[in-house]
Amino acid sequence: MTALPFLLLILATLAGYLLNRMAAGSIRANGARLHSMISYHGMFAALLVLVPVLTIILLWLAFEGPIIDRVVMSGLPDGLLDGQGDGALQLVLAEIKSISRGQIFGTPEDWKIAAADSYSALRTQSDWWMVAVVAGVSLAIIGFARSRVTAEFRARQGVERIVSGLMIFCSTVAVFTTIGIIVSLSYETVRFLDRVPLSEFLFGTNWEPQIPLREDQIAAEGAFGWLPVILGTMVITVVALFVAIPVGLLSAIYLNEFAPRKLRAVIKPVLEILAGVPTVVYGFFAVLVVAPAIRDLGQSIGIDVAPNTALAAGGVMGIMLVPFISSFADDALSAVPSSLRDAALGLGSTRAEMMTTVLFPAAIPGIVGGVLLAVSRAIGETMIVVMAAGLIAKMTINPLDSVTTVTVQIVTLLIGDTSFDNPKTLAAFALGMMLFLVTLMINVFALRIVRKYREAYD
Amino acid sequence: MYDTAKTESALEQTETKISARNVQVYYGDTHAIKDVNVEIEDKTVTAFIGPSGCGKSTFLRCLNRMNDTIDICRVTGDILLDGEDIYDPKVDPVQLRAKVGMVFQKPNPFPKSIYDNIAYGPRIHGLARGKAELDEIVEKSLRRGAIWDEVKDRLDAPGTGLSGGQQQRLCIARAIATEPEVLLMDEPCSALDPIATAQVEELIDELRQSYSVVIVTHSMQQAARVSQKTAFFHLGNLVEYGETGQIFTNPEDPRTESYITGRIG
Repeated sequence: MTALPFLLLILATLAGYLLNRMAAGSIRANGARLHSMISYHGMFAALLVLVPVLTIILLWLAFEGPIIDRVVMSGLPDGLLDGQGDGALQLVLAEIKSISRGQIFGTPEDWKIAAADSYSALRTQSDWWMVAVVAGVSLAIIGFARSRVTAEFRARQGVERIVSGLMIFCSTVAVFTTIGIIVSLSYETVRFLDRVPLSEFLFGTNWEPQIPLREDQIAAEGAFGWLPVILGTMVITVVALFVAIPVGLLSAIYLNEFAPRKLRAVIKPVLEILAGVPTVVYGFFAVLVVAPAIRDLGQSIGIDVAPNTALAAGGVMGIMLVPFISSFADDALSAVPSSLRDAALGLGSTRAEMMTTVLFPAAIPGIVGGVLLAVSRAIGETMIVVMAAGLIAKMTINPLDSVTTVTVQIVTLLIGDTSFDNPKTLAAFALGMMLFLVTLMINVFALRIVRKYREAYD
Repeated sequence: MYDTAKTESALEQTETKISARNVQVYYGDTHAIKDVNVEIEDKTVTAFIGPSGCGKSTFLRCLNRMNDTIDICRVTGDILLDGEDIYDPKVDPVQLRAKVGMVFQKPNPFPKSIYDNIAYGPRIHGLARGKAELDEIVEKSLRRGAIWDEVKDRLDAPGTGLSGGQQQRLCIARAIATEPEVLLMDEPCSALDPIATAQVEELIDELRQSYSVVIVTHSMQQAARVSQKTAFFHLGNLVEYGETGQIFTNPEDPRTESYITGRIG
């Protein structure tokens, strides 16, 4: 049933296109000079139909459900549902919907069957209304578009206006999504802070969120200090960057400036394969290869090493980040004009001097962009940490100890039993909010630094 | 041609700075420079002229081994600077480039301050002991680059913020700062307006007092104005080399005459 409006939309778009194209074609055949080519006339009509009608269909589909639900619920006999909670009302509505689909369990009351009938009647009506509206609006727009076809009509500019409108819309999608994420996160965070005081969350050094959801569960007392968790994230991120930045930058510099062409042709694709390895696979590698190796090494020199270590997880994560940094840095270095290379070499600098004194400072913005991306990835990375670094929050900066990270805690809080009026579940959103703020701060800070120290070439 | 050059320098009684013998340059399979012999004199402006793609820039870049930076480029033959073969394995191309400075077609100041642009060469070659000495080198180079008066109050401003003509003079001053013996200029005025061109040409004429200057140019008027010797390249061959006045008024080779009168090129 929902396919019909879409079919109509396609037909109307095609019809608008062909009609205007033909109309413009006949004007041209009569010897007039058209301002725009006939395909522009067709395109103009097609876009004029497509955009508003598609909007109508999508809005209709979005609001149809909630409106019908309200109508059905308000049509129920008076007094039946008085004093029932929100959950009970949802349950009744769900039952009515399943009856209307023919899934009947037991013998429902008569008023439920009546409501189900009216529900399906309303749905059918709504669908037919939608078809009618789509057809009507399409016809009207086709008529309007057809009436605009004249020799002087600037369909070319008309198409451009519609397309630029679409582009403006698309470019704001990301902005509105971000706003939506912030709003929903803040809402749940505020609910969490109703139950746990802000000072405990921000400054508490204990993280034991596995408190009981129901009264008969046996679980922890509950402590919601985020410091050990963010500390774990920082330890792992720093370890990862200690591996990724030197390896990534030096490999980029080597590939960009020193490597023979043939070697570069081999190494670059291999580095890009590294970027395509799923993080779970890196996790295996960390658990099965790196962690035991670190442990053996530690034992052989008499250091006590935990089986799950931040070093193993962070080190492997660093390898994962190498391709990000190296490919960003490589692009940034390649973008430096070759005239600057010539200038430096012509003054008698070696390639290494040219790199450190000229190319690198000029490429800094791009390189920092890559590093920032790597930092964000490291902070947000979950899988390697779950597998290799452990789940227990510890207030430590020792990379040989097991730590946990913000993202890992969010995952463990949201799997299994959840309940959205319990601080255990809500804590995940508060952590998410903090993570968002931290990454935002890092980005703003780094961009300011770059703007201050960059050497702009033009 | 080789004979011409030889008689010329014998006549002039000036010192030969660079002498090239049987120089061949290949880019991959392309034979870009064919058997070039030339004697470039000290304290003289030598102009290389010729139609586009005739190899004059390629040959210029052989003189300070800038062609080494191009993978597929191969140079054979001898190029002697003060009698020493610059392609000898003993010679460090990095040192050579400090001795044979280069100015490029498009002004290419570093995205650093004016001061740091000039100080770049002295710093990497360790020419200055201490800040005061470096300041002195910077001022001296900017003065010789005829740009000191325009920039002396804003040495900390970025070199990229100057006008095109100023940038080119800055680049010349930067090349001078490493105290080269030879200055190679690859169409230094092609990106400049007539006024800036006139300033740079005046500067080139002054530089002749202390250096041997080799300039590649597309403008025959420019070659006639600034140079004492002119070499005409065509299709990778050095067709004619001699006194600038001689080349422009009474060329020996019919190809030179055709080019100068505008029939080929």
